[in-house]
Amino acid sequence: MKKRILIADDEPNIVMSLQFLMEFEGYEVRTAADGETALQILGDFRPDLVLLDVMMPKRNGYEICQVVRETPALAGIKVVMLTAKGRDIDAEKGLALGADSYVTKPFATKELVATVKALLGDA
Amino acid sequence: MLRDWVVISVACAYLGLLFAIAYYADRRADRGRSLIANPYIYSLSLAVYATAWTFYGSVGRAVSTGIGFLPIYIGPTIMCLLWWILLRKIILISKVHRITSLADFIASRYGKSALVAGLVTVIAVIGILPYISLQLKAISTAFTIVHSHDVEVVGAGHGGPFLSDTALYAALILAAFTIMFGTRHLDASERHEGMVAAIAFESLVKLVAFLAVGGFVTWGMFDGFRDVFTRARELPGVQALFVIGGTGDGQTGVLASLYSATFFAMLAIMFLPRQCQVAVVENVDVNHVKTAIWLFPLYMLVINLFVPAIAFGGMVHFAGTPVDPDTYVLTLPLSRGQNGLGLLVFIGGLSAATGMVIVETIALSTMVCNDLAMPLLLRWPALRLNERKNLTGLLLGIRRGAILVMLLLGYLYFRIAGEAYALVSIGLISFAAVAQFAPACLGGLFWKGGTRAGALAGLSAGFLVWLYTLLVPAFAKSGWVPMSIVEAGPFGIEALRPLQLFGLTGLDQITHGMIWSMLANVGAYVAFSLSTTQSAVEHSQATLFVDVFKHSAAGTGSLFWRGGVSVQELRALLSRFLGADKADDVLEGYARDRRLRSAWEVEADANLIQFAETKLAGAIGGASAHAMVASVVKEAPLTMDEVMSILDEASQIMKYSRELEKTSRELTSAYADLSSANEQLKELDRMKDDFVSHVSHELRTPLTSIRSFSEILHDHPQLDAATRTKYLSVVIQEAERLTRLINQVLDLSKIEAGRVDWRIAVVSPREVVEHAVAATSQLFAEKAATLEVDVPEEVPPILADRDRLVQVVINLLSNAAKFCADPGGRVSISLRAEPGVVRVDVRDNGMGIAAKDQELIFEKFRQGGDTLTTKPRGTGLGLPISREIIQHFGGRLWVESEPGRGATFSFVIPLRRQAEVGGGDVPDDRAAALGAPGTEAGATGTEPR
Repeated sequence: MKKRILIADDEPNIVMSLQFLMEFEGYEVRTAADGETALQILGDFRPDLVLLDVMMPKRNGYEICQVVRETPALAGIKVVMLTAKGRDIDAEKGLALGADSYVTKPFATKELVATVKALLGDA
Repeated sequence: MLRDWVVISVACAYLGLLFAIAYYADRRADRGRSLIANPYIYSLSLAVYATAWTFYGSVGRAVSTGIGFLPIYIGPTIMCLLWWILLRKIILISKVHRITSLADFIASRYGKSALVAGLVTVIAVIGILPYISLQLKAISTAFTIVHSHDVEVVGAGHGGPFLSDTALYAALILAAFTIMFGTRHLDASERHEGMVAAIAFESLVKLVAFLAVGGFVTWGMFDGFRDVFTRARELPGVQALFVIGGTGDGQTGVLASLYSATFFAMLAIMFLPRQCQVAVVENVDVNHVKTAIWLFPLYMLVINLFVPAIAFGGMVHFAGTPVDPDTYVLTLPLSRGQNGLGLLVFIGGLSAATGMVIVETIALSTMVCNDLAMPLLLRWPALRLNERKNLTGLLLGIRRGAILVMLLLGYLYFRIAGEAYALVSIGLISFAAVAQFAPACLGGLFWKGGTRAGALAGLSAGFLVWLYTLLVPAFAKSGWVPMSIVEAGPFGIEALRPLQLFGLTGLDQITHGMIWSMLANVGAYVAFSLSTTQSAVEHSQATLFVDVFKHSAAGTGSLFWRGGVSVQELRALLSRFLGADKADDVLEGYARDRRLRSAWEVEADANLIQFAETKLAGAIGGASAHAMVASVVKEAPLTMDEVMSILDEASQIMKYSRELEKTSRELTSAYADLSSANEQLKELDRMKDDFVSHVSHELRTPLTSIRSFSEILHDHPQLDAATRTKYLSVVIQEAERLTRLINQVLDLSKIEAGRVDWRIAVVSPREVVEHAVAATSQLFAEKAATLEVDVPEEVPPILADRDRLVQVVINLLSNAAKFCADPGGRVSISLRAEPGVVRVDVRDNGMGIAAKDQELIFEKFRQGGDTLTTKPRGTGLGLPISREIIQHFGGRLWVESEPGRGATFSFVIPLRRQAEVGGGDVPDDRAAALGAPGTEAGATGTEPR
């Protein structure tokens, strides 16, 4: 059975590139353009990992991460935060909220893929 | 019938007794056991106020005007109520400044001015002379009555040969007596203990004599008060005397004369030279005033107790005979053969007259000597007084001469004018004269602003009016000046009639004179004081007088001497006026006070100079003393600033403390400023940090797509052509976005740094709007939104950078396209020429902007809503840049919006004046500008955002 990945980002071009990369690795991908859509999909789709942009309309990445960690039904979902904010404090905040990894945009595609595979135990 | 020799020898014995008392008191004083250091003696000495005028004249006035005799005693009683404030202050000042007379007091207050002192002296002498002659007249009349036993004597001795005139002998004897009393030696303190003791004794004698005759009339001749009044009531016209205004004159006239007499008497008790002498100069202890406040009015009451009884008794007894009511006191007992009582009354009257004459002439002679003669003599270089070693003899000589001359002048006045007036009238004219001192004196006590010029002006004006309205009519009645002046006015000018000045009629002479003289006096004093400035000395004296209760605590008085003098020079100066022995004593005393072993150790500092001046002031008056000390001290003139700084050391300290407080406040405020500046810097730092973070975010986002797709394309050569094209177009699109963003950031920083190369020219707003509409038409087409354009044909040109202005309009239109309703988007743009400005409005039908965000959106990277949760739909730099551009053209950019009902972005740019628009004929230019239509749509490279 294919592992599932949710991509949540409001930049359509970035979503497009991530979707290509993840599907190429054989994962089943769903996308969301804002925080609320992302939360809905999390419940229905029950992904193994979520690629989460921090700056999103309606609910931001930090909030989603917090909901994931606090909801027993969502336990075990890996969270990779993606952000264009490059400051150290942003990364620390993400990790403190329980993100498994924190990737700064722009990223090297190979490294991102490696990170995702490692988290899902597919390396 | 009393024999001449009996009367004369009793009178002489009485004078001898007085002299003995005085001699005894002086001896006691020399031995340091003062007889007069006693509040009762002080109060009795004040009763020198009751002269022969009281003793004989009160009865006369009661007969002619009923209660008209009362004001002379009510006035002082009222004044007594103010003594604790007024008299105490004057005494304190006089002690501090060694004041020797009224003239000295007023002159010292006004900068130790010799001119003021002289003027006061002249007024006092002229004003008091009639009063002295009054006393001589009383003595002479009484003597004639007693020795001739002729109760109908009128004007005793008047018109007889000089050598047989008792008044002349009375004057000479009194002069000799006064000289022995008052000028036996020259004392630096200028106090006459012996004289005061004698005066107090005289007050007792006249009181006892008056009570004795009162008792005799009331119970000896009648059966008590009731009997006297009952029998008097039967006489025609007496009834009217009991009632105010019942004497026939108009009611107001009588009341006015009562008030004016009361008013003058109030001032007289303060400013008669003899009252000043006993109340102030001779005062031993300021606390004696406390007793005098009740005892003196009581004395006045008691001595007046029998006045009505004697008056009515006399009227009943002498009804139908021409006996002068002024003599009732004496003639009533004599008519009943009471020779002993008659003699007692004669002695009582003598007491009243001699007391007044002695004190008055001593006071006046001090003033004449210190304030008139000495300043003149000292200024007369031919006399070489400055070189004389000892002037004490000269001083005493002047005083003795002055006493003699004044008594002789008084006699002369009595010989020539004495009959023109009743006793009381002459007294009141004198009262009115000394009342002229009141404004300068009282003003000087409580108002620091009174100046020397004001005092001179007030005194002169008041005195001249007094001369004109009171003395000239008196002279006219005596035949010295033509009566026509009084009746028709000088040169026939009615308005200047002395008794109806400027048409003021219906008042008695005294009231009339009071009103005009006081008006002139107070008016001139205040007006001149306000319009002139004080010299340094005047200012310091004014402060020392008015604030005496404050400054006397320091004890030293003014220390305004500066400059060089040796102790020897001061000793020589003191010796000249006090005598060598006295000068040495004084200096030894000064040294002892400072715990020095001898006078040789004394330093000639400001204190010593001040000390010498006050000692001299006691002998020759303040103004002369100041002049004498000034002549030996090489005084450097004090500037006003220096005086102020010496005077107000305390105020300097206060000023310093105020400055400290001020500095402290400034520091606090500087600290607050710095804190706030620091906050602003922190805020700026945060803003910069945010800006960098925003720019970083905005740059990283397109870069992420570019990098991702570049790597995908690179790593996956197997992708089909369509996908590759799709991915490549994303890369291109994101690269363009990146370029645009970088351009805007650079643009904004250039505008903010003022490094923009503005190409200002005459611009047609219409062309700008049309160009921007064309450039954004594609955006509206993509969103299926409608754009309404409302541009009139004629719009005046403006001065601006065309491309920048196009950039602003495109920015507003593209924002409207972005935020208008979707679907059903509707945007309108309008251009209007308003007074002085051109206005552009861009309206959309979107969701609107909350009021709190309406200013926020013009900040960098701030867009409507929460930037954390809402992904911005632009760079967030468009509006800030637009606003900067519009402001650069002198215009304004703003937004009006209600949430849910769309937003309207508007800007105005002012029209320029013709000259700025570029010389020439503007309408033509405008036509040319307007004539050029916009370039083709989309021709601009400026992108919306």
